[in-house]
Amino acid sequence: MPTVTYAGTQVAVNDEGFFTDPEQWREEMAPLLARQEGIADLSERHWQVIKFMRHEYETKGTGPTVRVLGKTSGVSVKELYQLFPKGPAKTAAKIAGIPKPRGCI
Amino acid sequence: MPANSEPAKIEKVSIIISKGSLEGVYPGLIMANGARAEGMEANLFFTFFGLDAVHKARHEHIKLATVGNPGLHLATWAGGLPGVSSVLTHYMARKMDALDIPSIPEFVEMIADTGAGLYACKASADLFGITREDLIEQVKDIITVGEFYDLAAGGEIIFT
Repeated sequence: MPTVTYAGTQVAVNDEGFFTDPEQWREEMAPLLARQEGIADLSERHWQVIKFMRHEYETKGTGPTVRVLGKTSGVSVKELYQLFPKGPAKTAAKIAGIPKPRGCI
Repeated sequence: MPANSEPAKIEKVSIIISKGSLEGVYPGLIMANGARAEGMEANLFFTFFGLDAVHKARHEHIKLATVGNPGLHLATWAGGLPGVSSVLTHYMARKMDALDIPSIPEFVEMIADTGAGLYACKASADLFGITREDLIEQVKDIITVGEFYDLAAGGEIIFT
């Protein structure tokens, strides 16, 4: 299992770069994680999605899919793809330090 | 290529939906939506009876094929009885709703919102007398097969 250092802390990630232990995540790691995903600056709207991802993961044990995000995060599907062009659920999960959401729709 | 190198990721897909039944339409929609969720570029090309999925008057009425569908485990004669297709379509819709799978009109709209391109086949539109006005606004254009291949360049083509 590879480890990477973010904001001075060593964290465990899987082969795709998702945190294997979401407890290791800190907010100050997010801007760096975002830049690795091609997002130069995290706006307030990005943060709304990232915080929602973490909240969903903490309450349900799994991250939401794009459809669920579009229905419940307060950010529309269209805007989600503008914020995270490489796949909103997948990218936001990576930045939020949670496992990749599983779900076909 | 070194033996341990991973194959390149798929970056672009063009998905053709050619059937007008419930089970003919959903797989292509799921694959297109999933491709966008993975960050791939995706285009959808509706041809022949698949055009119904983007037809204003028809996309809410797409039914499960109950005749000639051995996977249903229903005798063909029974599947052909009046109302059977409607009843089974309703049953399926309820099951899908419980799993939060969107209806076809809602799903198509969502896929357009993901940034996937929706296109209709010119030959089929001509054949069925369908014009731009008959199709939902999310359809970008009615295109020829040649234009489809131009759009599909550099990606994978999936026929459903």
